[in-house]
Amino acid sequence: MEVGVEGNGQGPVVEVRDLVKRYRKAKVNAVDGVSFAVRRGEVLGLLGPNGAGKTTTVGVLTTRVRRTGGTACVSGVDVGVDPVRARRLVAVVPQRNNLDRSLSIRQNLLFHAAYHGVPAAERTRRASDLLEEFGLADRADDKPDMFSGGQAQRVMVARALMHAPEVLFLDEPTTGLDPAARLFVWDRVRDLRARGVTVVLTTHDMDEAAELADRVGIMDHGKLLALDTPAALTRGLPGRTTLEVAVVLDGSSAEDLVAGLGALDGVERVEPVGAATGPPGGWPPMGGGPMGGGPPGGGPPGDGGSPAGPAAPPRELRARLYLLGEAPAMVAPVAALVASHRAQLTDVAIGAPSLEDVFIALTGRALR
Amino acid sequence: MSTTTSPVTTPVRPRVAGGPARAFLAVLWRDLYVTGRELPVFLAQVVLQPLFLLFVFGKVLADLGFTQPGYTRVLFPGIVALTAVVTGLQSTAFPLVIDFSFTKEIEDRLLAPLPVGMVAVEKVVFASMRALLAALVMLPIGVWVLGSIPWPASGVPLFLTVLVLGCLVGSCLGMIMGTAVPPNRINVMFALILTPLLFTGASQYPWTSLDDLRWFQVVTALNPLTYVSEGMRAALVPEVPHIRPWVSVLVLVLTIVVSLAVGIRLFLRRAVD
Repeated sequence: MEVGVEGNGQGPVVEVRDLVKRYRKAKVNAVDGVSFAVRRGEVLGLLGPNGAGKTTTVGVLTTRVRRTGGTACVSGVDVGVDPVRARRLVAVVPQRNNLDRSLSIRQNLLFHAAYHGVPAAERTRRASDLLEEFGLADRADDKPDMFSGGQAQRVMVARALMHAPEVLFLDEPTTGLDPAARLFVWDRVRDLRARGVTVVLTTHDMDEAAELADRVGIMDHGKLLALDTPAALTRGLPGRTTLEVAVVLDGSSAEDLVAGLGALDGVERVEPVGAATGPPGGWPPMGGGPMGGGPPGGGPPGDGGSPAGPAAPPRELRARLYLLGEAPAMVAPVAALVASHRAQLTDVAIGAPSLEDVFIALTGRALR
Repeated sequence: MSTTTSPVTTPVRPRVAGGPARAFLAVLWRDLYVTGRELPVFLAQVVLQPLFLLFVFGKVLADLGFTQPGYTRVLFPGIVALTAVVTGLQSTAFPLVIDFSFTKEIEDRLLAPLPVGMVAVEKVVFASMRALLAALVMLPIGVWVLGSIPWPASGVPLFLTVLVLGCLVGSCLGMIMGTAVPPNRINVMFALILTPLLFTGASQYPWTSLDDLRWFQVVTALNPLTYVSEGMRAALVPEVPHIRPWVSVLVLVLTIVVSLAVGIRLFLRRAVD
C-alpha cells in the first residue's frame, strides 16, 4: 500500500494501517489488524455481518473510538493524534437518529455548521440549498421527532454535508428503511459520488455494497478478508462461476453427456438440475444453490426460452456446470461436446457469482 | 497507543480562525438558545421547590408562631444556596443521562472540532449559568414571599463569589452523576443522592448550631452545599454564627477542581470508547 500521503494531493483520503481495537473488558479484538486506503472521490463499502468490526472501524476514523494499535489517517491527519482537526474533515451519518430534538430541521443544519465554524451567511445559504435538494424545504421548520426513519436519514445526510467534509461515513445507511427510502438513500450516495465526495459506507446488505460501492471490503471477525471492486471479487472464484445448459437428448445417454461435460477442461463439476421433472422451461429457483441471490443483473437471465414444450418427454437434460475460470470461454467447448453426443443444445445461461458467494468462499458461511 | 509509528506526514493546513474556541461558543450558544426559548418553563421547573420551602418554612410556620423570629434570616441565604447547587446539579446530570443513554443528541457536538473535554466544560459552564439565573431569581421571590431579605451592601462581593462557586459545585457534581450512574439506576440514584443532599446541606439551619448534634454536624460537613449555605450566611447575615468565609471558599474551590477533573474523566469515558 502506498504511504506518504499529502493532505491535498492525489494520495488516499483515508488510510488505515494495521488498525486494532479491543474494547475494555473484551476478550477479542473488535478490529484486528485492518489496513486499507480510500481514494479521493471513491465510494468504499465495508461489507460484513453484525459484529464484524465495520462500525468500530468507522468509529476510529471519526474519532469516537480510541484505537488500540495501528494508525488511521484522514487527509493525512492522524485521527488519534489530532482528533480535533480530523473532525473538520469527516462527517458521520450514524445508524441511529441522533438529530437534536430541541431544534427544527433547519436549525439542526445551521447549528451543525456553526459548530464547525462555517460563517453565518454561508451556513444559511448551504442549509437552504441542502434542504431544497433533499426535498425537506417544506418541512424545514418541523421538529425531527415527527420524522420517519427515512426522513431522519435524509436530514442527517444533509446535516453531514453542511461543513463540506472530505469524507462522509455512512454507517448502515439503509438498515431499517422501507424500500422507497432505501432507494432514495442510494440515489443520494450516487449523487455524492458524482460530486466527488469520498464516501465510506458500512452495510450487511450485499446488494447495497454491489450497487453503490466502487470497491468493497469484506469484513468478518474484525479482519478485512478481501478488498476490491465487486467485479474483481466475484471474478475467478473457483467453482462459483456457473454455466447452465439445457439439452434435448436425441437418443444419447444423459449419463455419458454429464460425464463428458465433467471431463472438460475448466469444469470443476457438473450437477443435473432436474429439469425432467421440473416446470418446463423454468430455471430452478434462485437462492437454493451457491448462486444464492446474485446482484441485480448478475443472476441467470431466466428467459424461460426452453423449447421443451408442455408435454415434452423426459428426454431433456438440464445441468449446471461449476467452472474454474470465466464462463463465456466455456460456451464453445460445451456446445462442441453436446454436438458430438448428437444432442441439441437449447439454452445456455451464465451465472455470475455474487458478493454473497465471495463471502461464503472467504468465511465458509452465509452472510445472514 | 499505536504499535507502529506512522510514516504518514501530516501536512500543515491553515487553521480556521478561532478554531475550538469558536466551536465551544457555538455549542454553548445552542444550549442557551434552547433554554432561552423555554425560559418560563425552565424557571417554573427550578424555582418552584425553593419557593415552597421558603413559603412554608419562612412564611407559614413563622406566621403561625412555630419558628423563632429571625429564622427567615437564617433560612433565606440557605435557600439561595440550595437553589444554586441543585439547579446546577440537575442541569448537567439529567441532560447527560438522557443524551448518553437515550437520544444520543450530544454526538453531533462530540464530533464538533473541539476537544471532547471542552464539551464537558461547556456543559458545566452552561449548567452554572442556569443555576446562577435560578438563584438570582430567588432574590425578588424572597422579597415577595418574606416581605424583605437581608441584603447588606458590604456582603455583596462575598455573596456573588459564593454564588458562582455554588453554581459550579452543583454543575460539576451533576457531571459526575450524569456520567457515572448507569441509565437503569438513574431514578434510584436521584432519590438516594438528591434528597440527602437537600437536607444535609445546612440550608435550613446554621452549621455551627449543630454542636450538640455532633454526628449530624459531621455528616453535613461532607456535603459541599453546607459551605455554600454557610458562605451565603457569612455574606448576608454575618451576625449569625457561621463557618469562616475563607474556609468555605477554599473547600468549594477544592471541591470544584476535584469534581471537575473526575467529571471530565468520566465524561471522556462515556464519549470515547
